[in-house]
Amino acid sequence: MAIDRKISPAFKTVEKIEIIRATEKQLRNKIPVYSINAGTQELIKVEFLFAAGMFYQQKPLQAASVNTMLEEGTAKMSAAEIADAVDYYGAFLEVGVSQDNASVVLYTLNKHLRSTLSVVEDVIKNATFPEEELHTHLTNKKQKFYVNNQKVANVARKRFTELLFGEKHPYGINVKESDFELINSGNLKSFYKSFYRSDNCKIVLAGKIDEDVFSLLDEHFGGNDWAPESAIKTNKIEIITNPQREQLIYKDDALQSAIRIGKVMFNKTHPDFQSLQILNTVFGGYFGSRLMSNIREDKGYTYGIGSGIASLQHSGYFFISTEVGVDVCKNAINEIYFEMDRLRAEIIPEDELQLVKNYLLGTFLRSVDGPFAMAERFKGILEYGLSYDYFDRYIATIKGISASQLRELAITYFEKESMIELVVGKK
Amino acid sequence: MIKYEKFELQNGLKVIFHQDKSTPIACINILYNVGARDENPEQTGFAHLFEHLMFGGSINIPNYDEPLQRVGGENNAFTTNDITNYYLTLPSENLETGFWLESDRMLSLAFSDKSLEVQRSVVIEEFKQRYLNQPYGDVWLLMRPMIYKVHPYQWDTIGKEISHLENAKMEDVKNFFNKFYCPNNAIMVVAGNVALEEVKKLSEKWFGPIPKGPDNKRNLPVEPEQTEARSMMVERDVPADAIYMAYHMCSRFDKEYYATDLISDILSRGNSSRMHNALIKDKKMFSDLQAYVMGDFDKGLFVVSGKLSNGVTMGEAEQGIIEELEKIKTHLVTIDELQKVKNKMESSHVFGEIEVLNKATNLAVSELLGNANMVNEEVGKYLSVTAEQIKEQANIIFRKENCSTLYYSAKK
Repeated sequence: MAIDRKISPAFKTVEKIEIIRATEKQLRNKIPVYSINAGTQELIKVEFLFAAGMFYQQKPLQAASVNTMLEEGTAKMSAAEIADAVDYYGAFLEVGVSQDNASVVLYTLNKHLRSTLSVVEDVIKNATFPEEELHTHLTNKKQKFYVNNQKVANVARKRFTELLFGEKHPYGINVKESDFELINSGNLKSFYKSFYRSDNCKIVLAGKIDEDVFSLLDEHFGGNDWAPESAIKTNKIEIITNPQREQLIYKDDALQSAIRIGKVMFNKTHPDFQSLQILNTVFGGYFGSRLMSNIREDKGYTYGIGSGIASLQHSGYFFISTEVGVDVCKNAINEIYFEMDRLRAEIIPEDELQLVKNYLLGTFLRSVDGPFAMAERFKGILEYGLSYDYFDRYIATIKGISASQLRELAITYFEKESMIELVVGKK
Repeated sequence: MIKYEKFELQNGLKVIFHQDKSTPIACINILYNVGARDENPEQTGFAHLFEHLMFGGSINIPNYDEPLQRVGGENNAFTTNDITNYYLTLPSENLETGFWLESDRMLSLAFSDKSLEVQRSVVIEEFKQRYLNQPYGDVWLLMRPMIYKVHPYQWDTIGKEISHLENAKMEDVKNFFNKFYCPNNAIMVVAGNVALEEVKKLSEKWFGPIPKGPDNKRNLPVEPEQTEARSMMVERDVPADAIYMAYHMCSRFDKEYYATDLISDILSRGNSSRMHNALIKDKKMFSDLQAYVMGDFDKGLFVVSGKLSNGVTMGEAEQGIIEELEKIKTHLVTIDELQKVKNKMESSHVFGEIEVLNKATNLAVSELLGNANMVNEEVGKYLSVTAEQIKEQANIIFRKENCSTLYYSAKK
């Protein structure tokens, strides 16, 4: 019998999502260690998290430079020796910094954990920030800075947060050419001393984990040799959004214009955050979103367009981001507002809402697939002091939210007049 | 070790199944044996444009993405000079939706005029976004015609020029589909927590009725050996000078590939690599420097590219690179150094087996290269490379007359 290809096969919505929860233990010095023991292979990811992101720096480049320079020399080892020691065991040492956090991550086969963890200990506790290495680092970073300044998308991304948060707020401050002169080994060391210390550290483990892993960690990081000398001080700075709603950075030779539209919002701890994520998905958060369907798939104005809500420790923001041909820039902006207004004026059809709900449940399922993915998800609640209930609530919100509730949200948050609009290129 | 089962349908579709009981996600990866190298020189960029059209609705299903999203799935695709690869992931209980969608677009597309018009504009915007409106974005548009005189690797997947995309006609789209998008020109990998019997049943049900297509014997012009050094100088509005050196090397199929790939690791993988230490750290000639193999299926490229530090001339930079290449030609690598790159290769391989989709894509590519089991044999091949083989390959590849150099200089 021939099959009817016009009819889709029966399907199920995702009902049960299994999440292996992190278990918590403490090292002797009270550093919390969260373990997600899962996966089928003999490998492990060890992540050291410090509240040492850009939010805490006294000057631009400070937090990022400290983080990168950790690998560039310690009291015992040169940069080349550190790299050799990690690479020889086929391990990967990655450092990273975001607005709020700084991290040092080790990926290794379990059999090499002992050999590589001592290098990580040295890097975290005994970095020396050698002048020569710092000079090379800053020179090369400055060149990248010039290259990035030629990309409309980069210029837009930086200027956009400046407009939202103000040029004095740590989330709004961006690196300028002159900032490179202000960084030296001295001010890196002082930041390092203040923030990379045992009472400001959390450890997240994922992969194959047993008692040996824990005792190794305790041996290397559980002592009181890297305890604080004084309390961490942070200053509270007010968010001042630029009062001029529309902004243009003109680039004469641009073939495409980068568009950023958005506003200051809030973070994951706000009661509307999860509902807003669902509304955002309909609007610009997946391939079938209203923005993609209209501006890419119907009009062909762009290679891609999307929107999102960024959650930060002390705030959050909503953004729409795209690059479009300069000749259709105005049209694209009009269509963005058209789609925003449509969510305020009309109820989302039941069929579309059901699709988005199923899609989000599938996406959540994918996002907790495997130990590393589960660790990422866990970090997302850990840094906000949230518990696993957060995920239960998210799933309940996806399943339960109605089209009229989403319209109410759009009316509250998607008001054109409240949005900053930035174009880099031509309008 | 990735275990798998392999079977073939009557119409020539090869199916590989890998069971992974640790994941709630299943995936389907379909590789079509067609890439930019199969394009008509007057209609370049077509394989990639076509990849976009594959999402514009098929004969019985008006929209590809919507039904997949409705069952919690997600998908994407990529085109290279050698292949076009489509992949989706979804909750494993909804696997059949993936079979339904993929089989319908293999059966026939809708060939809608609107889809062609819109995707043409989208790809032209992609051309601008990634190649033209980007510092250093046009490098490969310049390099490829200099390196290849007859082989179709002389153009990039995006195409030689925007006009080729502008001129694409529906007739061409249909011909391309009929020629290349048929079961006997594809490899399907299904992976996840499902049973073999189920996969066999679904494959027969949805893909079995699709008629076999023409046999495509690839007969591409062979690039003659390069006998003299080539170079080109351009000036662009960029902040720093850059240099790109490309040497001809073996193909992904050849046994010499493994030694060659390790050479690139010795030179530039990680902060302990030779070029990083000598040219970025010690001599401070570059702010950024990479050596890599392209992994092409036909005879391919070994590339060294870097951005020059301020005050360094092109001549000095080139000389700095050549000195490093000469060292590897004249001295055997030490046991420790060779062991280091092998260890890294081995652990990358283990880490690469975490994700089910990654495993599926690797199985498909390996099968196309001749044998799916290559995914399990490759580490052994890397581990057996000797210091002598490294030296030998370096001597074969790093010859002046085998090199094409692009001097990409910053407008002062």
